[in-house]
Amino acid sequence: MTISDELDRRFREAAHALDLLDVGFDVVESPIGSLFVAASDEGLAAISFDPKPEEHLEQLARFAGPRVLRSPKSVDATRRELDEYFEGKRRAFDLSLDLRGLPTFTLSVLRELGRVPYGETTTYGALAGKVGHPRAARAVGTVMNRNRIPIVLPCHRVVGADGSLVGYGGGLDKKVKLLELEGWL
Amino acid sequence: MTKMHDVTIPPFERFYEHHRAEVLRLLRRRLGADRADDAFQETFLRALQAYARLDHSEHLRAWVLTIARNVAIDAQRRSRPTAEAVEIAAEDARPAYEELAPLTDGLPPTERAAVVLRYGYDLPYDQIAVALGSSSDAARQATSTGVRRLRTRRTPGHDHL
Repeated sequence: MTISDELDRRFREAAHALDLLDVGFDVVESPIGSLFVAASDEGLAAISFDPKPEEHLEQLARFAGPRVLRSPKSVDATRRELDEYFEGKRRAFDLSLDLRGLPTFTLSVLRELGRVPYGETTTYGALAGKVGHPRAARAVGTVMNRNRIPIVLPCHRVVGADGSLVGYGGGLDKKVKLLELEGWL
Repeated sequence: MTKMHDVTIPPFERFYEHHRAEVLRLLRRRLGADRADDAFQETFLRALQAYARLDHSEHLRAWVLTIARNVAIDAQRRSRPTAEAVEIAAEDARPAYEELAPLTDGLPPTERAAVVLRYGYDLPYDQIAVALGSSSDAARQATSTGVRRLRTRRTPGHDHL
């Protein structure tokens, strides 16, 4: 028996309205491809360039709780801010972030990363220095690679000491597009 | 460090996708297509309410179908507060756990569902409460009343409960 879209939508909206979800997620369209986006009561919990939910649900359940459901309304605020960002109308995000479950070093690196302004870049080594571990550039690279909330936590603004783009979790072409959008490239 | 959650319980999205067709089928059979939609929503909202307290992921199908049956019974009681509803309730609450069926036959529907979920599926009382649409205390009460009732009419070969 197939569930009608209407019935499915009503259940998902009720679950959100009654505040019964640990995490709500949806796929958000963007100029650099479909994005998986997930938010909890604490804030934005994940953005991924891999839009297939099955890749992310267990990880979300592990730190936020098992009531993980596709719920377009849960990510409305994120969708709006991302739209504005991609239209060039927004240079900073006002979203609260859910960084539960992350180790202390990762949190301190992400905190510094969040301070790198729109249209500017920093280096892995410089970020390492800011968190008091100047020789930990490689560890900073790992944190960037595992960044749960790319775009909003702008790991695309981190480049090599020689100015090379180095790499990007979502693929180097996406890093190029984001830096072009921000006018750095 | 944040408390990590038990990963053996599937994310609700998977649970919902896995069982929604069967739940809707059951509700349409009991209530007709028109009233099944509201009952469908009620069933999964009740399940969602209790989902974070689940302590293992066994018998999720039996659990959600019991919730659905009880939502259907509630809907039937609201629209037909007559002897007919009681009859339907008795039929609806027939346990899915076959080994306990002959033993619990003849118990009132709520007690039978409680006994089956407790001893057949080993569910804690707060989850039984969600399935029955009652409080934890009421679920515990229904279970013990059911067991007491079974004991008083116990027959040889059935005394392992």
